[in-house]
Amino acid sequence: MPLKTKMSASLLALAFALPVQASEIWVSNEKDDTLSVIDIDTLEVVRMIEVGERPRGITFNSDYTRLYICASDSDAVQVMDPETGEILHDLPSGEDPEQFVLHPDDRHLWIANEDDAVTTVVDVETRKVVTQINVGIEPEGMAVSPDGKTVITTSETTNMAHWIDTGTHEIYANTLVDARPRHAEFVKDGSELWVSSEIGGTITVFDTTDQSEIGKIHFEIQGVHPDLIQPVGFELTPDHKTAFVALGPSNHVAVVNTETLAVEEYILVGRRVWHMAFSPDHSQLFTTNGVSGDVTVIDVASRKPVKTIKVGRFPWGAAMRP
Amino acid sequence: MLRTWCAIGIRACGFMACLSVMPASVRAEEIEISIGYLRLETPPRPVLSGLDPIPPARGIEGAELALKDNQTTGGFLGHQYTMDVVSLAPDGDVVAAAQTMLAGHDLVLLDMSAEALLQVVDLPSAGATLLFNVSSKAPSLRDGDCRANLFHTVPELGMEADALMQVLMTKRWTRLALIEGPSAEDAALARSYRDAAQKFGLKIVSESRWSFDTDLRRAAAREVPLFTQKFKAHDVVLVADAHDDFARYIEHNTWEPRPVAGAVGLVAEAWAPVVEQWGAAQLQSRFEDLAQRDMTAEDYAAWAAVRVIGEAVTRTGSADPAVLRDYILSDGFELAAFQGRPLSFRTWNGQMRQPIPVVNAHAQVASAPPEGFEHARNPLDTLGLDQMESDCHAFEN
Repeated sequence: MPLKTKMSASLLALAFALPVQASEIWVSNEKDDTLSVIDIDTLEVVRMIEVGERPRGITFNSDYTRLYICASDSDAVQVMDPETGEILHDLPSGEDPEQFVLHPDDRHLWIANEDDAVTTVVDVETRKVVTQINVGIEPEGMAVSPDGKTVITTSETTNMAHWIDTGTHEIYANTLVDARPRHAEFVKDGSELWVSSEIGGTITVFDTTDQSEIGKIHFEIQGVHPDLIQPVGFELTPDHKTAFVALGPSNHVAVVNTETLAVEEYILVGRRVWHMAFSPDHSQLFTTNGVSGDVTVIDVASRKPVKTIKVGRFPWGAAMRP
Repeated sequence: MLRTWCAIGIRACGFMACLSVMPASVRAEEIEISIGYLRLETPPRPVLSGLDPIPPARGIEGAELALKDNQTTGGFLGHQYTMDVVSLAPDGDVVAAAQTMLAGHDLVLLDMSAEALLQVVDLPSAGATLLFNVSSKAPSLRDGDCRANLFHTVPELGMEADALMQVLMTKRWTRLALIEGPSAEDAALARSYRDAAQKFGLKIVSESRWSFDTDLRRAAAREVPLFTQKFKAHDVVLVADAHDDFARYIEHNTWEPRPVAGAVGLVAEAWAPVVEQWGAAQLQSRFEDLAQRDMTAEDYAAWAAVRVIGEAVTRTGSADPAVLRDYILSDGFELAAFQGRPLSFRTWNGQMRQPIPVVNAHAQVASAPPEGFEHARNPLDTLGLDQMESDCHAFEN
C-alpha cells in the first residue's frame, strides 16, 4: 500500500510538470458510430467516444477547441467539445454529409453532401445554412485554398473538380479528372491543386492560376494489379516537398516527390488504407485502414511502418490534436 | 425520313454553335445526345411462386438513373442527354419499331432476346448506330454471332458460371450435384455450369433432371429429399433454373445438409440488392429513390450502358457513334461502376469486363474473380469467353 501511494504521488507530480495532455490522433469509425482517440506518446487508444451514425470526415477548428464530425447517416454535422467528448450541438448539414473543409475564417464549413449532389455552406456561429451549390453526382473531396478564395468539391460519378468562388458561391470552373475522384488538396502555397482518382488510379495536378492540368501521378506496385492501386487520401510534409498517398486496397502508402511527381517508395500498411494524419512534429504518420479496422503508424524519417493500433470498425477519417 | 433530317439538322447547328464559341472556352461545346431504349417484352411465364414478381420497368429504370447521372455531368459541359423508351408487347413488330428508333437515334439500348436482337442489329439502317445489348446472356452473341457495332453490358452466361465456380473452388467445395430444369434455357445454363466446372477443375459427380409437376410449395419437404438422396457424395447442390421456378424449393430440403448454389442460395449475378461495398450503397439508394424498389442485375446492365455512353461523350466531347465506339474500345476507357475495379470492354467481342458479385440473400459472399485467379491481360478476363476461345471476328481490323 505505501508503495502505491508513493507512485500516485509521483504520477501526480509528473502530471503537473508536463503539459496536461499528450497529443492525439482522432479517428472516425464509420461502422461503429464511434471515435477512437490515440495517444501519440503511448500509441494506444485512450478513449472511445460515441457519436452520430456513420461518422466519416472529422476536423478540428483552428485552436482545437471544437471537433466537427460528419455523421453521414444522421444527416448532421456534430460539434464536439474534445476535452469532454460531449456533443454540444448539431449543425444543419444537408443530406448525407461525407467530407468537409473548414474555411480559414474558422466560421464556414463547406460540406459535400454525397447523396444529394450539392455542396452546403454552413455558418458554425449562427448554425444556419448559408447556401447550397449544385455540383456533380456524389460529391466527396473538399479543399480550400490558403487565401480562402476558392473551395473545391470533387464529384465521384461526374469525375470533376468543381472550382467554387467563396465570395459569390458560384462555380467558376469544372475540370475533368480520372474516374472516381476522392480527395483534393491545395499544394505549394495554393499554386497547385491535387485531386486523387480512386478508380482512375492517378493524382491529377492542376495549375490553380488557369485550372490547366500540369501533371499526373501514376502508381505501380510489383505484384499488385493496377486496378487495385486506388489513391484516396493524401497528406503533405510541411515543406510540401513530399506527399504520402493512401492507395486503398493495394494496402500501401506511396511516398511522392512533389517536384518530379515520381514515387520514391511504397510502404506496406493495413487493408484498404483510406486517410491519414501527421503527428504535430510530423515525425509520424497515422493511416486509417478500413478493412482491417486498424491504424498503421509510419515513421516519416525512415518511411517504415512501426506499429499497428486496433481501432473500431471501418476507420475512415483522421485528425490530429496537439 | 423527316425525323432523320431533323436529327442531322440539330446536330449540324450544334456543331456550328460550338465552332463560334470555341475561342472563348473549350468547354462550352453544346452537344445533344439522344439515346434510344427498345424493349421487346418477354411473354409471362408461369412459375411456382408468386413471391418475386418481375418489376414492370426492370432495366428501363436502370437506364433512367444513368440518364440522370449523365444529365448532371452534362450540365457542366453543355451536353444534353435525352432518352426515348419504346416497349413492345411480346407479339409486337420489333423490326418496324427498330426502324423508327434507328431513324432518330445513333445510340440504342436493346432489351430483348438474342433472336430479336439479331433481327434489329442486321437491319441496314443499324449499320452506323452504336447498339448495347442490355439483356441477352446468350454466349453466341459474344461468339460467332457478334457484331462490330454491338456492345454487351450484360454478362454472358459463362461469366456468371465462371464466377460461381471460382468462388466454390476458393472454398474447395469442388464436388457438385447438378439439377437441371426442363426448359431450353435451363439446359443452356446447365451447359455453362458444366463448362465452367471443367475450366476450373471442379467435378460434377451427379446430374438429375427436374420433372416434377406437383405443387412444390406443399410437397417440397417430402419430394426433394428423395430426389436428392441418390446423389453421390457432393459438397454443393447446383441448380440450373433459368426462370426462377423450382430452385427456391430445393434449398434446406436436400437429403444431405448441403449448401445450394446457382439459381438460389449462392448466386453469381452482375448486381444484387446486397452489394454494398465500393460506394455501391450510394448507387442502391439513388436507384431506390428513383424506382421505389431494389436494383436488379438487369437494371445494372442498362445503367452501365447509359453510363458508358456518358463517359465516352464526356471524355471525347463528341456524340458521333464512330468516335464513341473507338474510345470505348481504347485503352483509355474506364468506367467507375461501384465494383471496386474499373470496367472496360473486350476488344475482340464487345463484352463489358466486369467483376461478378457472388451473393446470398443477405450478403455479398465474394467478388469474382477472387484473389488468385490471374490472367495475362486482366484478372477479369478469367470470366467468360477469352479471346482465343471466341469465334468473333467482327472486331478485327
